[in-house]
Amino acid sequence: MNSLLHWVLDPLAYPFMVRGMLAAVTVGIVCATVGTYVVLRGMAFFGDALAHALLPGVAVGYLIGGGAQRPLFWWGMLTAVLTSIGIGFLTRGKRIKEDTAIGVFFAGMFALGIALISTVHNYTVDLTHFLFGNVLGVSQADLWLTAIFGGLIILIVLAFYKEFLVLSFDPILASTLRLPHGLLHYLLLALIAIAIVVSLQTVGVALMVAMLVTPAATAYLLTRRLPVMMLIGAAAGAISAVGGLYLSYYVNVASGAAIVLVCTFLFILAFLFAPSRGLFRSFTQRRRA
Amino acid sequence: MATLIGRYVTHQAGSPTLQVSGITVRYNSTLALDDVSFQLAQGERVAVVGPNGAGKSTLFKVIAGVLHPTKGDVKVYGHGPGGHICIAYVPQRSQVDWSFPVNVVDVVMMGRIGKLGLLRWPGRRDWDYVRQCLAVVGMEHLASRQIGELSGGQQQRVFIARALAQEAELMLMDEPLTGLDVTSQEGIFRIMEELRRRNVTVMVATHDLNLAAEHFDRLMLLNHQLVGFGHPDEVFTSERLMQAYGGHMRLIQTSEGQMALSDTCCGKGHHPQ
Repeated sequence: MNSLLHWVLDPLAYPFMVRGMLAAVTVGIVCATVGTYVVLRGMAFFGDALAHALLPGVAVGYLIGGGAQRPLFWWGMLTAVLTSIGIGFLTRGKRIKEDTAIGVFFAGMFALGIALISTVHNYTVDLTHFLFGNVLGVSQADLWLTAIFGGLIILIVLAFYKEFLVLSFDPILASTLRLPHGLLHYLLLALIAIAIVVSLQTVGVALMVAMLVTPAATAYLLTRRLPVMMLIGAAAGAISAVGGLYLSYYVNVASGAAIVLVCTFLFILAFLFAPSRGLFRSFTQRRRA
Repeated sequence: MATLIGRYVTHQAGSPTLQVSGITVRYNSTLALDDVSFQLAQGERVAVVGPNGAGKSTLFKVIAGVLHPTKGDVKVYGHGPGGHICIAYVPQRSQVDWSFPVNVVDVVMMGRIGKLGLLRWPGRRDWDYVRQCLAVVGMEHLASRQIGELSGGQQQRVFIARALAQEAELMLMDEPLTGLDVTSQEGIFRIMEELRRRNVTVMVATHDLNLAAEHFDRLMLLNHQLVGFGHPDEVFTSERLMQAYGGHMRLIQTSEGQMALSDTCCGKGHHPQ
């Protein structure tokens, strides 16, 4: 018993672990909430692209600031909002298919980001942090930014709950009810973008899409109500954050990767054993039939 | 943008429920609708028939104000459709994501959102109203079912209840009868009788010429152009049917009169957005 307590408390003796834990849990909850819409509207590819497209913005901030961490958040924010609107705009004209446009755009932006960062001598460590996160490097100020913007995202999702629901389920209804659906669409894109920036330090650009998609997809297998899906998703995100950091501490693997691995593990459990949509259930049902 | 301040146009007294004048819709180089004009009075029930891709869905979307026509205009109670929230579009069942995590009450409550306005949550009166709408379509007992667990007829009734919750005065139903068994179809027609009592004007797109001829006040035969509009006897002439369906229809002389065999739908129905 005592040893279990030690096992749990030991890592928390380090302030950077506590800060990392708080940041990761916030990110887990916020991403799952926004991610619910990403999953339901089939925007996983968009989320992945947006995360990668942030890199050049962060890189410019990195070059200008000479490696300072603080301004990177704001550079990321600026790029994220511009990029999400840019993609929204690019795909409206319907001259090219949406996924093609996203593919072209995001690979190009990602390459630009790597090129910019590679102009700095000895860039590999910082590049690794951008790509895979550096949750144990979260400062007190970073934590505040994460909490404020995370809280803001959740407030907006709650405030426009019924509008986002209609927009996702039946865009034509949104249109006949004369909801400002263009505005709502861009608002949702902006929320996804901000969630990505907030999570940048936790899991990094490359693994970002997992935080958006996996907890929400896990929840989707376990419930048939949207509010419950958001709650379960948030719980799955938070559990992955805590579990991932313990895994990272004791097995000594990269923290961002550990968080995503726990997340994926939860998804696989749900996929196999979900009461109504799981593989196991459909197998036993077929046997009975 | 009217909804940000929550103000909608009022109905102009004495103007027809629906007036469509010279609607033309062109997608790139194809003509989906070609100079369509007609008028509907309050409480009328009209069937819109025509082959796949004849522009039925497009016509409904233009009337609902979801799609802007290339030419021509639509007036609902004297105003363009964009200012109204009294027009309901009931989608084809194949266009709905039935695995979406919502139950029956959730879907019907979506209809109330226009009346609720931004940043307001449904109150007790809205829930009561939703329950009444479910009662009208006989679905109260399934209120907490996930929508994917319903039969086709039940799914259709949920969406009609949603249109009722919207307090729609003009309902556009896209293929509500397709894929339903006879009992479910009769259920839908019973609900349409109730809609008539409430003075709701209904347009129904359908592939079933028999049902169209039996249950509707007027028929509209559409194939990009308006081929015919009126009572079944006037519209279902061999000449007009051939004009609308072309090679997809055979007209056969039998001892009881003329019989029309048409392509009865679906699957490849291609509806441009």
